[in-house]
Amino acid sequence: MSTKQILLSGFGGQGILFAGKFLAYKGLIEDKQLSWLPSYGPEMRGGTASCSVIISDTPVGSPIVSKPDILIAMNLPSLDRYESAVVKGGIIFADSTLIERKVERDDVEVHYIPATKLASDNELGNLANMIIVGKLLSVLDDFNDESVNAALSKVISAKHADMKDVNLKALTLGAEYKED
Amino acid sequence: MSEKVLMKGNEAIAEAAILAGCRHYFGYPITPQTEIAAYMAKKMPKIGGTFLQAESEIAAINMVYGVSSAGKRVMTSSSSPGVSLKGEGLSYLAGSDLPALIVNVQRGGPGLGGIQPSQSDYFQSTRGGGHGDYHMIVLAPSSVQEMAELTVKGFELADTYRMTSMILADGTMGQMMEPVSLDFDIKPQIEKPWATTGTKMEREHNIVNSLSLVPEELEMLNFKRYERYAEIEKNECMYEEYKCDDADIILVAFGIAARVSKNAVDAARAQGIKAGLIRPITLWPFPKAPFEKAVEHAKAFISVELSMGQMIEDVKLASSCKLPVYLCNRVGGMIPDPEMVFAKIKEIANGGAN
Repeated sequence: MSTKQILLSGFGGQGILFAGKFLAYKGLIEDKQLSWLPSYGPEMRGGTASCSVIISDTPVGSPIVSKPDILIAMNLPSLDRYESAVVKGGIIFADSTLIERKVERDDVEVHYIPATKLASDNELGNLANMIIVGKLLSVLDDFNDESVNAALSKVISAKHADMKDVNLKALTLGAEYKED
Repeated sequence: MSEKVLMKGNEAIAEAAILAGCRHYFGYPITPQTEIAAYMAKKMPKIGGTFLQAESEIAAINMVYGVSSAGKRVMTSSSSPGVSLKGEGLSYLAGSDLPALIVNVQRGGPGLGGIQPSQSDYFQSTRGGGHGDYHMIVLAPSSVQEMAELTVKGFELADTYRMTSMILADGTMGQMMEPVSLDFDIKPQIEKPWATTGTKMEREHNIVNSLSLVPEELEMLNFKRYERYAEIEKNECMYEEYKCDDADIILVAFGIAARVSKNAVDAARAQGIKAGLIRPITLWPFPKAPFEKAVEHAKAFISVELSMGQMIEDVKLASSCKLPVYLCNRVGGMIPDPEMVFAKIKEIANGGAN
């Protein structure tokens, strides 16, 4: 795929923008063209937070992802809102701890990851976001240790450098998670 | 090539301003441009600059007036309702022939409106913004890289022509992150012999003022200013043409709308429709050259905007009304998607609309 249009969506506070930023930095390190666009304003404060990330081999046109190739849904309202927007043949990653229903469409690939539960079982605080992103990278066969590490170093400020290990642990946990 | 970093458009403006030698920033917070002020608040004290959150937009623009009078590079930033408040100050800056950089990261209006992206301050920006006969140089970036580069350019043009430059962006351009290289050429700042820097008892007083009560003199000042504007119209137009050479239908769009339009042009080309895009980078002066070329072969223009069609007048003027100009728009914080623009292209290609 020469262009990946990714939409990440969940509650404010689930680290949606951070997860998107990680993917953007990974793209930057891999010398890709990219854009990162957050939702902003009142909806960030307690409501839905979403983030458009486009990673491409060619210059990015519109930075707004309205028809995602990949949807990361971290809560039910996000799946309800964006399920129908995903392109045919696209991929949906759903946090099955928080989303009880199944994806209704049969023309997309779906991965259910109990990310919130995995995070609390493994004392990874609120890193459900990075667990799902880890799974995304493994599904895309794109878990490049070198660029993952470099991207974490970029996206986590020097002040919080001690958070790098737990983020890497979360990514790895997600990547290695086997679905039923 | 230098290393690229990821930055929000707003941050890129702030960093580029500092690189351009701006050491004075005055502003008042408003979404969606607050990152500019936040960046300045963090950086300016560390480099001996001034960051000041004024008590209002009106205060901020008058602080800009003061620093500019003293010959220093200075800027303010705001979003639509805040820029309206600055209107009086913009006119005074023009009347005093003072350079400054104004950033407007537009949001939906009129009134307090919303906080989502918009381009509906096109008239306000390109026609001056305040009262009296004057213009601002209006620059419309379409990428984070351009947010940075046009900021530097804006300062340079402002100093050269002794007038205000405006960066006319929108919420999307301000909030999005893209890779950006900050390794660009910055010319040395020009001398400002008119600045009020103290005579040291060695020269006559410099006076910066917009009051001129003798009609004959005020008329001359206006004539002189418009001679300068004519020079700018001749020398400083910037634009990008995308697949225009053989195009039948040419989109006209700037900023975020231009990015959406590029996707639509590609989609149309993929289906054999000869579409192209003219992207004005300077909105004032509005570039005429690409339109004069386009009317030789194209059949129609479509103005793609986040406004009720405010740019259409300029498209018609630039093309001497030789072709129909259609509108494809969303407003109020909504953004047209490429499918909508593509649908409009198809409709016009099939001769459907009027």
